[in-house]
Amino acid sequence: MMKLYDYILSPSCYKVRLMAALTGTTLDLRAVDFHPGLEHRGPELLALNPAGSIPILEDGDVLLTESSAMLVYLAAKAAPDWLAGSDAKEAARVQQWLSFSGRLTSSLGGARLHEMLLRPGDIGALQSSGIAALRELELGLVEQAERGQKFLAADRPTVADIACFPYVALAPDGGVSLDPYPAIRLWSRRLRSLPGFIEMPGIHRLHELKPEPQLEKSET
Amino acid sequence: MTVGPMFDEWYPVGIFGQLDAAGRKTMLMGEPIVVARDDNGDAKVTDGTGRSLPVCVRYGHVWTSLGDPKKKLFAIPEADQPGRRFVDVGVVRVRCSPLRAVENFLDIAHFPFVHTDILGAEPHTEVQAYKVEIREDVDEVWATQVEFYQPQAAKSASGGITTQYMYRVAGPTSTVLYKTCPPRPSEWDVITLFVQPLAEDLCDVWPWMALFDDDTPMTDLIHFQQTIFLQDRSILENQVPRLLPLDPGMEMPTRADLTSVAYRRWLKRHNFTYGAQLVAQ
Repeated sequence: MMKLYDYILSPSCYKVRLMAALTGTTLDLRAVDFHPGLEHRGPELLALNPAGSIPILEDGDVLLTESSAMLVYLAAKAAPDWLAGSDAKEAARVQQWLSFSGRLTSSLGGARLHEMLLRPGDIGALQSSGIAALRELELGLVEQAERGQKFLAADRPTVADIACFPYVALAPDGGVSLDPYPAIRLWSRRLRSLPGFIEMPGIHRLHELKPEPQLEKSET
Repeated sequence: MTVGPMFDEWYPVGIFGQLDAAGRKTMLMGEPIVVARDDNGDAKVTDGTGRSLPVCVRYGHVWTSLGDPKKKLFAIPEADQPGRRFVDVGVVRVRCSPLRAVENFLDIAHFPFVHTDILGAEPHTEVQAYKVEIREDVDEVWATQVEFYQPQAAKSASGGITTQYMYRVAGPTSTVLYKTCPPRPSEWDVITLFVQPLAEDLCDVWPWMALFDDDTPMTDLIHFQQTIFLQDRSILENQVPRLLPLDPGMEMPTRADLTSVAYRRWLKRHNFTYGAQLVAQ
């Protein structure tokens, strides 16, 4: 079974857990004491990933330390529909947003770590680069809507959506509001409605998708 | 505003095990402070002028006060009980009133909606009647005979159980809960929320636990509690008004809010108003 070095509060680890859930893949989760223990900077994990970051995914002789590569790996093995098709524009868009997701991590992710877990950083600069990235994403989604496509790179969800979604959805944790971005909110709702979607702390379940309490009661 | 009587109370300012000589620069109710380890390995807290502040190391954390504490830090006898594991969950900053962080911890009714499938689940949303009192001898708020159905009450719980709770407010920003201990039904698990007020609308929260659980790895215990608290955090940061209202104004408390009502009454009685809204707007 694939083994994921995981931290429950890490949006990058959540990308991999979410992709696994959406593709019906079971992961063996190995909890890493990122906070307060800084275990990711300890000798055992540095030996696996000299960059000192998590997630880390192990599968036999495959060892991955970049979350976008993990998304591609999970999709290729279990659900190739989540990868880019043969259309040149679609393939390029998937790649474009996978790379773009790194900007979300460094800006919105940095702001979140600063505001929540007291990690050092220039909070003003992190938040403004996060806002710039959100504006770009909003525009990208509006352009997709003009093309009649509901997701970032195609009319179906792809690895690009999963790569971008977590840091965007958790932007308020870093003091960045999502109120100004209607296309992002609609897109987030679409992703949260996908069969098999799982939550993480700070990303709440869509309440209206839960069974009606009254209905459930009368059925039992 | 002036801090008032909360000036003389004890507050958590760091995990003792993580202190070094360089120290942790932080704030306490608007005052810059440094929490460090001195040459003897003891905790030392100094304010912006270099003045040494009162220090006490207890429950994994360093405690201090800007003023002159009238009482020793509150007792948690379970902290000395053999066989328990002590969990320093780690600091989490929340942009909310320190009093709101405590009040949220005392609330049971939000479990099915915020901690879905862990501490609560629909349709089990009813909060049964429970008892609340201000214990005059110890000057603490206590809620007892609290019961709630929980799908996964603790890391050590293997399925849904009806969990018994007791809640206790031991200081203006320190609260302790006692809950059913799945592996040892005759004992209570102890889970605390120690809140460091940085400003009236900003706090560092230091959860700590004393559990009977020999099987669960420490990291899993930490992550269970971090999961719960981070689910609360996004709610806390969106509460309006930001300060805790001590004037009921337009609010209509229900029976389920009895602990909150007693906590607010107790705060008012002591003039513990740092982080409170005194007149409804």
